[in-house]
Amino acid sequence: MYPANFDYQKAASVDAALKAMADNPELKIIAGGHSLLPAMKLRLAQPPALLDIFNLEELKGIKEDGDFYVVGAMTTHADVMRSHLPLFPEVAGWVGDPMVRNRGTIGGSLAHADPSADYPAAALATGAEFVIRGLGGERTVGADEMFLGMFESAVEAGELLTHIRIPKGITASVYEKYRHPASHYAIVGVAMARHADGQIRAAYTGAAEKAARLPKLEERLNAGQDAGTGLVEGADMLGDRFASAEFRAHLVDVLSDRAAKRLG
Amino acid sequence: MNVTVNVNGKPYTRDVEARTLLVHFLREDLLLTGTHVGCDTSQCGACTVHVNGEAVKSCTVLAVQADGMDVKTIEGMGTPGDLHPLQTGFWEKHGLQCGYCTPGMIMASAELLKHNANPSEEEIRYHLEGNYCRCTGYHNIVKAVQHAAEIMAQGGQSGQAADD
Repeated sequence: MYPANFDYQKAASVDAALKAMADNPELKIIAGGHSLLPAMKLRLAQPPALLDIFNLEELKGIKEDGDFYVVGAMTTHADVMRSHLPLFPEVAGWVGDPMVRNRGTIGGSLAHADPSADYPAAALATGAEFVIRGLGGERTVGADEMFLGMFESAVEAGELLTHIRIPKGITASVYEKYRHPASHYAIVGVAMARHADGQIRAAYTGAAEKAARLPKLEERLNAGQDAGTGLVEGADMLGDRFASAEFRAHLVDVLSDRAAKRLG
Repeated sequence: MNVTVNVNGKPYTRDVEARTLLVHFLREDLLLTGTHVGCDTSQCGACTVHVNGEAVKSCTVLAVQADGMDVKTIEGMGTPGDLHPLQTGFWEKHGLQCGYCTPGMIMASAELLKHNANPSEEEIRYHLEGNYCRCTGYHNIVKAVQHAAEIMAQGGQSGQAADD
């Protein structure tokens, strides 16, 4: 399969990329390309021009800044998996397969906001922050404000997600996933983290139009109770040929219980 | 667009459309047809090659993205007289029936053995999750990789050495 043709250029820097995006609003950013290229091959996406930011060194690697780890958006899943970040290495190990993890990037995945992606649940459970840069400057968005809907994140036209800030001090974390056997995307995933103050945060992905926190679960666990059931009662769940809405809601309960037991 | 890609140690410059996938560049522009197109949807792993030493699915990388990079394909893994240990492993342990998935299996396994010289069965199966075989049931593929690891541990056949 061939995508429709397009113009292609490699970005020289984040600043150059932002300028190029301002000059051409139809320019589409390509990172690892493991969501965009499959969509282009199926002609679900036909961008007239691609700007490649995958090789920008300024967006690669993991640094520390006070109470945060700062992860460059073009850090691959493979590098996240080998890192000492809280929660994210376990989650990265569930993304696709080794070849996908060698190309796919944490920033590309989070900005893309696929409702079946794994990282959004980890971002919500860890309380990660997103550094988003535009020509006008930089802003930081909290995880709870990042995922707006299906394939819709807080990154706006003309902006780039440059870094993900993950708080230090998380003492325990787990990710439980029921995955699609061929695509390896999450049918449901539940992430959980115990923070420095002892409080547990939990979130799910794959089951609704966007990843979200699990307030009922957090309340129960933080009160010393079991996970229980009915965790997403009343929520609008996805149903498709892979799993009905009822089954996904059931899986949220089952995986939350497993995660809580592993978290201890 | 002009791209220059070092494939199996040799630089090739070709004029390609931006939309040319790396796998088509290898097969149709360079006539290196050992790399196979299986599912073409980033799932089956038949098209696995190494880019700068890392295993990737070449159906999901653009040729222009590989510009200036080192690519290794199954053609660079060994020769009929000097097989790579993985090729010997697949031969000896009957790790293939139709052979369609084999180039991808070998390229993915080579990356595993580069990082883990003595992988367990579980580690091999986890690492080959992105490579589908519709014939063997995987058991002999696992044995083939283990056999290759043994040959390499004994400093056996080079097949251009463990890997680059």
